[in-house]
Amino acid sequence: MNNIVNIVINDTPLQVAEGTSILHAAKMMNVHIPTLCHHEDLCVAGNCRICVVEVENDPNLVAACATPVRENMHILTNTSKIRTARKHILELLLTEHNINCIKCSHSNSCELQHLALEYRSDEEIFIDLRKPSRTDVSSYAIQKDDSKCIRCTRCVRTCAQLQGVNALTMANKGNLAKMSTFKEKPMAEVVCTNCGQCINRCPTGALTERTYIEDVWNAIYNPKKHVIVQTAPAVRVALGERFGLKSGHRVTGKMVAALRAMGFDSVLDTDWSADLTIMEEGTELLSRLKKVLVDGNTSTVLPMFTSCSPGWIKFVEHIFPEMIPNLSTCKSPQQMFGVLAKTYYAKKKEIDPANIVSVSIMPCTAKKYEANRSEMRDSGFQDVDYVLTTRELASMIQQSGINVLTLKNETYDSVMGESSGAGVIFGATGGVMEAAIRTAYELVTGREVPFDELRITPVRGFDGIKEASLLLENTTEEYRFLEGVELKVAVAHGLANARNLVQAIKDGLVSYHFVEVMACPGGCLGGGGQPIPTNIDIRAKRMDAIYKEDEKMSYRKSHENQEVLTLYEEFLGKPNGELSHKLLHTYYTERNRY
Amino acid sequence: MISNNEEFISQLADKYGRNRESLLPMLQEVMDQFYYLNEDCMITIAKELDISTADVYGTASFYSFLDTNEQGKHVIRVCQTIICDMKRKEDIIDAITELIGIKPGETTHDGKFSLHYTNCLGACHKGPAMLINDEPYTELTPEKVKDILVSYMKK
Repeated sequence: MNNIVNIVINDTPLQVAEGTSILHAAKMMNVHIPTLCHHEDLCVAGNCRICVVEVENDPNLVAACATPVRENMHILTNTSKIRTARKHILELLLTEHNINCIKCSHSNSCELQHLALEYRSDEEIFIDLRKPSRTDVSSYAIQKDDSKCIRCTRCVRTCAQLQGVNALTMANKGNLAKMSTFKEKPMAEVVCTNCGQCINRCPTGALTERTYIEDVWNAIYNPKKHVIVQTAPAVRVALGERFGLKSGHRVTGKMVAALRAMGFDSVLDTDWSADLTIMEEGTELLSRLKKVLVDGNTSTVLPMFTSCSPGWIKFVEHIFPEMIPNLSTCKSPQQMFGVLAKTYYAKKKEIDPANIVSVSIMPCTAKKYEANRSEMRDSGFQDVDYVLTTRELASMIQQSGINVLTLKNETYDSVMGESSGAGVIFGATGGVMEAAIRTAYELVTGREVPFDELRITPVRGFDGIKEASLLLENTTEEYRFLEGVELKVAVAHGLANARNLVQAIKDGLVSYHFVEVMACPGGCLGGGGQPIPTNIDIRAKRMDAIYKEDEKMSYRKSHENQEVLTLYEEFLGKPNGELSHKLLHTYYTERNRY
Repeated sequence: MISNNEEFISQLADKYGRNRESLLPMLQEVMDQFYYLNEDCMITIAKELDISTADVYGTASFYSFLDTNEQGKHVIRVCQTIICDMKRKEDIIDAITELIGIKPGETTHDGKFSLHYTNCLGACHKGPAMLINDEPYTELTPEKVKDILVSYMKK
């Protein structure tokens, strides 16, 4: 246990644990100190200096984020000296920043903009150091605009620390220092997984998603096009934040109403295809287990990795190509939905698939890349035409003039709109695993999983790597080969955790049958397309909301989803059947390491 | 050629150890061997040390004496800091340009020389000063520079 030290902040005494930063101590007594390079999810950098405070008997101002408190420290956070310094720091940052707020998609969520407004920074006392630069638009998912970068290194730390990818670095030094990829290559050519976590943490608009809002409006306005939309599970628990609601406020019904009012011809749910994913992936897992345990098939490998997270997929393709055989061949729910929209849905609704425009609303930037992968055209068209983030949807709702909060709750349209609670929890880390276990256990034993209210708590929560095991007993005739098998599973979220887990598996330190990985911290609810800001409190509230949404559903297990069962009956045949393999499964490609 | 690079870098990794701390000495040895850090070398180093290529590039681009762009065999660095400037470093640059035909930031077509400005070499009392590879030259005059460069042309 840390020692307690006595400090004084602005004449108010306070006792805090030794080692606490001045910034954190001030926050505990509701004294706000501005920050730019500091982020709760990341290590301390202390490079922007905007958080400077005065410490008695110290001739220099100190950075509050990087200075731990010590006994009898007297701290002042609002003096003439501090204010002047902060204004100068801000002005200096602004001399390099491309101030283009009205055209910037990060306007309103930009921390630099907030500070400039707060400090009424209207004088230009320093010379203009802005350098022209070209925005990197090579990636389908992420745009990088160096002219807005303030070199706080949050993106570099995010990519290294949270994601273990290191696609970004600080290159050069001094006034030439810049956020860069390897040899300043375009984002589309480097190890970037498109997870977008850097976007969520960029204090300016230097990193943004590539937007497809105009394309979607054009499709909606085109009377010849039948525009359908799918919404991912994690969108409904975060969209409200963009309309002033507290984190964790669910807006499912209002979101559906808004989408319908905006002019989408059919409002459908990715949760439906999440349930479908469980049917396909669960079946694949059981068949892999049979191949390994009964047939002794050496070309089949375990553990099987989930394949829902396109950031994780690209990560494996770059970093662990030797583990590609471990990836489930199932497409992600977005892509299963996309391919079925232009085949099954088109047939059922008697619409020419050439006239269907398929839009998806995702908490994710990597999904934009995924939709554009050349493999994702099994319907004969690009399966998903446009992917919008939660943030882009919020912008579109604002543009449409709809007051989303006053709308009455509506429900999803039919054919591909029904979902179970298992589909909903895909949005949280551990959710796919929980959904899979709920179905697979019942398939194998004929009984519900032995957890209170179907809550499989060992795979829930924010631990970086979670493990669980489940003994399979009294199995049904078909799955007798699993009798007495202890099913071992693991869950990782955030690619840095995933990297550690995969390395441990490769080194033979751990062994599992099934592993779920989500690229983003907290799973999709912390995705790169979600409202900004993000931190552990916000993510925890979104997670609570997801599990609440699950519990209110009438079906809680994927195999009970009636519209999924109808799909198999009328169209696909059986899970992992021939047509399933053609439409719902895919393959992966080894990619270079730089 | 590429496989030779790989073998060379693998030997360096054996020598210094496969951890991040080995990055700088390895980059320095590659510099000595190839006069600059080409892309393949940086990728191979990243693989050997199991770190990202961006990481290698970040480190390499930080240091003035590590070059990520192609350089001549002999790198001339003329001090641009205030004392050498007052002692007419521009005359030195002009003399070099006249003799080998390159301006600061350029490399000769035969790949023999590159010319750069550098910050203070710590020889202010003997300015103007320049560095060719690791060798300092001080109290320069245009005539002296010509003699020095001619001696390098023969190397």
